[in-house]
Amino acid sequence: MRFLVRRLGFYLVAAWGAVTLNFVLPHTMPGDPATTMFAAFRGRLRPEQLKAIEQAYGLSHAPLWQQYFTYLGHVLRGDFGISLSQFPAPVTTVIATGLQWSILLGLVSLILGFLLGNLLGVIAAWRRGGWVDSMMQPLLIFIGSFPYFWLAMLLLFFLAFRLGWFPQNHAYSDYLAPSLSLDFVGSVLKHLILPAGTIVLVSIGGWMLGMRNTIIGVLAEDYLIMAEAKGLPQWRIMLGYAARNALLPNVTAFGMSIGFIFSGQLLTEIVFSYPGLGYQLFQAVSNLDYPLMETLFLMITLGVLAANLIVDLLYVRLDPRVRTA
Amino acid sequence: MEVQKNDSEIEVQPTLAGQITPRVGLTRTAGQWRVWVGRILGNRKAAAGVIILLIFALAAILAPVIAPGNPTKFVDIPNLPPSSKHLLGTTGQGQDMLQQLLWGARVSLSVAFIVGVLTTLLSAAVGMTSAYFGGMVDELLQLITNIFLIIPGLPLLVILVSFLPPGAVTIVIVLSITGWSWGARVLRSQALSLREKDFVAAAIVSGESSWRIIFREILPNMWSIVVANFIGSAIYTIGAEAALEFLGLGNVSAVTWGTILYWAENNSGLLQGAWWTFVPAGLSIALVAFALALINYSMDEITNPRLLAVKETRNVLKKYRALRASRATPVVRDAS
Repeated sequence: MRFLVRRLGFYLVAAWGAVTLNFVLPHTMPGDPATTMFAAFRGRLRPEQLKAIEQAYGLSHAPLWQQYFTYLGHVLRGDFGISLSQFPAPVTTVIATGLQWSILLGLVSLILGFLLGNLLGVIAAWRRGGWVDSMMQPLLIFIGSFPYFWLAMLLLFFLAFRLGWFPQNHAYSDYLAPSLSLDFVGSVLKHLILPAGTIVLVSIGGWMLGMRNTIIGVLAEDYLIMAEAKGLPQWRIMLGYAARNALLPNVTAFGMSIGFIFSGQLLTEIVFSYPGLGYQLFQAVSNLDYPLMETLFLMITLGVLAANLIVDLLYVRLDPRVRTA
Repeated sequence: MEVQKNDSEIEVQPTLAGQITPRVGLTRTAGQWRVWVGRILGNRKAAAGVIILLIFALAAILAPVIAPGNPTKFVDIPNLPPSSKHLLGTTGQGQDMLQQLLWGARVSLSVAFIVGVLTTLLSAAVGMTSAYFGGMVDELLQLITNIFLIIPGLPLLVILVSFLPPGAVTIVIVLSITGWSWGARVLRSQALSLREKDFVAAAIVSGESSWRIIFREILPNMWSIVVANFIGSAIYTIGAEAALEFLGLGNVSAVTWGTILYWAENNSGLLQGAWWTFVPAGLSIALVAFALALINYSMDEITNPRLLAVKETRNVLKKYRALRASRATPVVRDAS
């Protein structure tokens, strides 16, 4: 319980840090966003939009601390202002559409990568010096050193553009309207394969290496000798005894990698024009849509914090030592 | 690794146990370096990494000799495929790809190196201070470290860079500010375990200053981790820099590997089938990152006695085929 309270406190501080950063940046950076925007939208800004900018930044002639509290109030009420590039729509509505696609892509690729990588890691450690260990490992390290977006470009070019096996962009076919029909779900899956595949390919090597190295540490434990002496089948010792105990460090890494995946996913989404948060962030940056940009950053950060909190809860279930501490 | 003292004033150095050991001086350190270089080159993975890296470094340094002239100059018809005249073809703006690649290496590699050094310094400073002083200082620094760790990197970078004037300097500053946290955590935990060692206790008792204990007693004993941290940071930087420039957040008129990819995408080299506009730069980034990763992984093999032992037993087992390996890893200890 104390562990969870401590973690919860930490997430609150981190969230406050991100929110504050969001306030401090536009107020202290040399490139004043308001001026940049006035210049960029020369004469095309309507009075409502001007107000939206002021509202988004809490820009007013009030003293800074007062502006800060006004801003905090807005954040707490979920009021992030109005998007400049998709004008009358509030930022939150714009983000809501992106969020579902990001979560879909993120979860699918993270879980696939985690399962595949850990399984390969177990096999590599179990048959040390075998082909999985000696061939797959360097190969995956090599693939892992490709920049996410470049691997995505490569796959897009060869598999989608040259061979035409997969669609080149978007989350579902332009001719379909979102529904729960078989056609639509099939189209979504087909559009998911390449972006998710890219992320899985790049992330798998790290999981494998982590698992392999922790298992090597676990292999000398008495309970493995015991299990072997009992005559349990090999696969059961491998998965139920060795892997289960070696999984903990990777669960921690799972939580951290949610953040990393988001970073990688951002670029993958941009290359495939996959309409998630990353693609929206990119468009917001290109359109100088500062309110949208800032809120996206905040949302991504809060999402990562929430995901980490869930992993912490999972950790308590997995490791009895944390519960008593 | 054993303790090293570079104190030139004392000829003999008493240890806590009371024995007198000969002074460990500069000559010994120089020998150590030779041992390390030998070990790295003796490891196949590490040697391959070092060679790849040297080739790229040489190409970058010699760019004005190999491919003289302004790399942004229009030289031929845009999007020409590789030929004897243009070994890697031309870009969508009619520039020579090979020339761009070579000149781009200069910026990309130096940014990776500089950010690697800066983040390592920052992480060492934060991690060591945190570990050495403990208490409130530790709590506070750890809180800051963890916040930096958990805030997703690339979105933060995108936000920061979009507020600052575009250019290599901005990228260096932003990547250094955001990239130190992981290293700080690793260095802190290593320094914490070293802090409990007898030689640190001895240094405290003999009245050495905190500053001196941190930098002369503890730091030299964690060089391998510091180096691994530097390499890891350089790998991250080379990818992140390319990513930011690919998004158009760098100085798009400068020639770097990232901006080459930016222009390839913007001139739709992809949709015109001009693979040579984006394959060379991406492959170079991947190769440099891979070379650095190879060095890092083999550093682990070289310094981790367990992994070293695996190799030795495998060699022994090859000799005596009748023996079967037990699954657990043996541990070798130095005969000395």
